[in-house]
Amino acid sequence: MTLERGRLSRRAFVFGISAAAGGLALRTVSPSALASPVAQETPTPSSEITAWIVIEPDDTTVIRVARSEMGQGNFTTLPMLVAEELECDWSRVRAEYVEASANLARGHVWGEMYTAASISIRGSQAYLRKAGAQARQMLLDEAAARWRVPPSECSARDSIITHAKTRRAMRYGQIAAAAARRPVPPEVSLKPPEQWRLIGKPIPRLDVADKSLGRPIYASDVRLPGMLFASVSACPALGGRLVSFDAAKVMGMPGVRRVLAVEGTAVAVLADSWWQANRARLQLPVVWDFGKARELTTDHLRETFRAGLDAADVAIGRRMGDVKAALGEAATLVHADYEVPYLAHTTMEPQTCTAHVTPGHAEIWAPTQNGEGTLLNVAKVLQLDPSQVVVHKCHLGGGFGRRGLAQDWARMAALIAQQVDRPVKMIWTRDEDVRHDYYRPMVLARQSAGFDRDGNLTGWRVRVCGSSILVGLAPDRLKNGQDIEMMNAFLEEDMAYAVPNFEVGYVMRNTTIPVGFWRGVNHSQNGFFRESFIDELAHHRGRDPYEFRRGLLAESPRSLAVLDTAARRANWGHAGPGVYQGIALVECYNSVTAQVIELSVSGAGDIKVHRVVCVTDAGYLVNPRIVEAQMEGAVVYGLGAALYGEITVKEGQVQQSNFNDYRALRMNEMPRVEFVDASSGNRYTQEWGGIGEPGTPPLAPAIANALFAATGQRIRSLPFARYLHPPGI
Amino acid sequence: MVELTVNGMVRRVSAELDTPLLWYLRDELGLTGTRFGCGAGLCGCCTVHLHGAAIRSCLVRMGDMNGAVITTIESLSTGGLHPLQQAWIDLEVPQCGYCQSGQIMQAAALLQQNPNPSDADIDAAMSGNICRCGTYPRIRAAIKRAAAQRNAVPNTP
Repeated sequence: MTLERGRLSRRAFVFGISAAAGGLALRTVSPSALASPVAQETPTPSSEITAWIVIEPDDTTVIRVARSEMGQGNFTTLPMLVAEELECDWSRVRAEYVEASANLARGHVWGEMYTAASISIRGSQAYLRKAGAQARQMLLDEAAARWRVPPSECSARDSIITHAKTRRAMRYGQIAAAAARRPVPPEVSLKPPEQWRLIGKPIPRLDVADKSLGRPIYASDVRLPGMLFASVSACPALGGRLVSFDAAKVMGMPGVRRVLAVEGTAVAVLADSWWQANRARLQLPVVWDFGKARELTTDHLRETFRAGLDAADVAIGRRMGDVKAALGEAATLVHADYEVPYLAHTTMEPQTCTAHVTPGHAEIWAPTQNGEGTLLNVAKVLQLDPSQVVVHKCHLGGGFGRRGLAQDWARMAALIAQQVDRPVKMIWTRDEDVRHDYYRPMVLARQSAGFDRDGNLTGWRVRVCGSSILVGLAPDRLKNGQDIEMMNAFLEEDMAYAVPNFEVGYVMRNTTIPVGFWRGVNHSQNGFFRESFIDELAHHRGRDPYEFRRGLLAESPRSLAVLDTAARRANWGHAGPGVYQGIALVECYNSVTAQVIELSVSGAGDIKVHRVVCVTDAGYLVNPRIVEAQMEGAVVYGLGAALYGEITVKEGQVQQSNFNDYRALRMNEMPRVEFVDASSGNRYTQEWGGIGEPGTPPLAPAIANALFAATGQRIRSLPFARYLHPPGI
Repeated sequence: MVELTVNGMVRRVSAELDTPLLWYLRDELGLTGTRFGCGAGLCGCCTVHLHGAAIRSCLVRMGDMNGAVITTIESLSTGGLHPLQQAWIDLEVPQCGYCQSGQIMQAAALLQQNPNPSDADIDAAMSGNICRCGTYPRIRAAIKRAAAQRNAVPNTP
């Protein structure tokens, strides 16, 4: 609030994309963007009431969004949270991105911008609702002052303030400018859930018209005057270096303007069109130094990680009782080794970024899950002060974790643009995108469990080994140098099963293969390990896998309720002829999700997944129609990966390159997804739960468990396509 | 010299005839609604109509476009929203949205040939179009909704 009346108009703070019910336009105030195919808005008198809300005289209500829209509905749900308390007319609401540099300049008045870890709603609902309530109170105070009545006698609804006693009414737009000058009330009370009018309702998304009409809303759609296009090759071996290239061989090709090196690891060809740049890049002679990366192969990595399972340099994430003694005294033991491969993200929009770098200034158009992260990465790599960088956030053509902390694509675009005096739009080919990802780590797991003579589970020991995500991308989150998050789904906060003697440990083995956050992150592989192994334990004991889990959840009513609901809604134990069920439960991002899947396997070994019953307790749902879509999406993402997903490495090079050898789930493979809302409000926790990721981790183990039911074969390494035949196309 | 019609406008192209139609549309004409996803005909993001049939614009070269009549997402709606686009909006199909131009163009070509597609018809026509966000159930529902509306109101596009 303090800076906005300073040298910059509040309009100038906000760039990027704005959405209204009637349309969405890329909006920018930057001179260099004037020729882009985007609407330029004429400034109108308006009032900023709290940092989040701008009310125009005609009652148009701009609600600012600090997080990113990548398909998960943030451009609708986050404004809903503000509007719920503001009591504005929803049909007049327009969403608009907060610009990262404004957030820095104004002391993080809009809080965190990163859009990861299913954080957007659960991490900002409290302050967004508060901002709406504060603004409503300021408007009420202003109206009451004008009417000379107590504010408590006035009420607000649909952008109209009413004083019932004197039958007077006033629109928000009439008094917004004056209300904005009133002090922001530090404490306001929020509506109880039973009074919500927007939260929990299937309010139509604000972004679907633009996305159905092909409007330019993505970073790859940006067009700037004089813009060049870049196609890039990074060293094919992960961790290798660029030695030299022969630019003369391609400089004579049509449209080619420059060939340049990037960070000593990549080469970029710049041309008047992207096709010209890419055509020349494919013919460019390049010498690479693969270095030690040449030694990296999947088989060697597997051996390294397998050896790690027995290594002494282990970080313990959770320890209860004495697992060694328990296993030593056990009447029966179960041991199993598990493995998951590296996975790529394959966002539908390949990595892309547009940059214009001039002396002392950089302007970036980015599909970013992390607006401030983009800004700081670009500033650092260009050696600029953060105040010299402007980042225009664009809607993302998919995120899934690829566009968050790993800002490699933004750094690369900035370093390319730094070497020319024109804006540059960099677009990676799909090959480049698949071969230069920050992959979900390849992880091996070893689990042992012991039962006493009465058949009680008395001990459970877990070891996982693979490369740490945090070491490369978020070292500040390491604890004493250890990446405890690699054990998610086995930690105190995210495993509800009660086992008297339990221990989970992680052995870190880092390589030059970049690893990163992938939808569900470590819960995705650990959920597979945990929920498959629990199933093995149930079968070892001759127990029904659902009933066996129930027995471990007696002290965990929240997880138990979700599991029970899933079993009930799926009619557990009563699948049709030839159809087999599998169940799994994963707690993550403060949500609890259980899935029951139904599949059949033909005599030839073809898998067909028919149905996924997905039950989630996220505390509260802001928009159930969007949640349903997110769960369908989580299932598609998890199922495609479980069936097919596998990145392998040979001599340092990723062997997959496109959707032919790194397959995605297709329409004909889509099961029926039945989402069941098991929201428990604040019954078990005051924290709200996440939605974007929790639907992914239970999917792979539920399939593995159903496959065991169908075939008697326990598949302990992914993808399933190694063993069985998905239908394909 | 290649002469083609794009969204009703006649265009002449004489150079760099090895350029895929996709990049001519995006970079030369600024029709950015047609999107790049794989460059190999594997994902369907770049689907446009050639004489009313769905094609992958990343695979066809400008040199082969003489006499072609091309329609992109930008001109699918003529006189009001195309029933598919209306259904896409009504059922809130898009998530990230990046693949949806291609999905809609593919579906429009399907309805042109088959006004009342079954689930199997939809699978057969749409399985070349990848959506990483998982909008398949809503795509299917929206195609059926648009088909039903079109069949109820004759002579709609």
